[in-house]
Amino acid sequence: MIGLRRLLAGLAAGVIFGVGLSVSGMLDPVRVRGFLDVTGAWDPSLMFVLGGAVAVSALGYRLSRRLPRPVLADAFQIPTNRRIDAALVGGSAVFGIGWGLSGFCPGPAVAALSTGRLPVAVFVAAMLVGMAAHRFATAPGSRAAAGPTR
Amino acid sequence: MTSIDLSALAGGALIGLSVALLLLLNGRIAGISGLVAGLGTDRGERRRVDAAFVAGLLIGPPAFAWLSGAWPEMRIVASLPVLVVAGLLVGFGTRLGSGCTSGHGVAGLARLSPRSLVAVLTFLSAGMATVAAARAFGGAW
Repeated sequence: MIGLRRLLAGLAAGVIFGVGLSVSGMLDPVRVRGFLDVTGAWDPSLMFVLGGAVAVSALGYRLSRRLPRPVLADAFQIPTNRRIDAALVGGSAVFGIGWGLSGFCPGPAVAALSTGRLPVAVFVAAMLVGMAAHRFATAPGSRAAAGPTR
Repeated sequence: MTSIDLSALAGGALIGLSVALLLLLNGRIAGISGLVAGLGTDRGERRRVDAAFVAGLLIGPPAFAWLSGAWPEMRIVASLPVLVVAGLLVGFGTRLGSGCTSGHGVAGLARLSPRSLVAVLTFLSAGMATVAAARAFGGAW
């Protein structure tokens, strides 16, 4: 029943992530935009969210380096791509513009769906369309995938 | 430190705990944009585990409300058209850039990935420039 345990581990990690977002203030787009508002009324408090999250997950990562494999799975799935390319920088810039416009990034937006607010659902629906658009643009056989940048 | 800073730190630590647990137990990186996109592309057990994480994420705010007696503050000032444009940009951009605030920002920085550091500096700069531009053009968003 290791499959069920993996499922429960995923669920528990999701709940902890969602509670963490709620505690941290990241669900409030006005707070997030205040954090990005360095030329105006800058609110640096969300830096503590990133600091706390990186510190604890870095401990987890160091621990994982001592394990032959994850507790409930066959292998660690760590990204191996080391290339810093135009897709990484361009994609991150496009994401940052959307983040600054709305104050929402994917985690808080998805978690906030359960508050039942219409604007959140509208944002998440558009986000899914954006993800699907990327998938079709880079699907095998599409022009973008066959382009000279590949 | 103010109580707001403390709750930011505590919430951040919980997010870090979640990332650590998913890595140590299931061997997966908790990048939300990747997990959500995976619901549309992955198959089999991987998809079910991703779906369990996303379900848990949705349980987070009601669980917080139940534990603390109040829903987390959420002030949305952007208009619906702006939210649509922003959502499209966030969805496309996070896939093109292979990650968002969680995958690059938390998990990536935690393992000192140069790729993630570049991504984080880029989306932070772009976000700050966007808010500064909105402010310069009268603060409308």
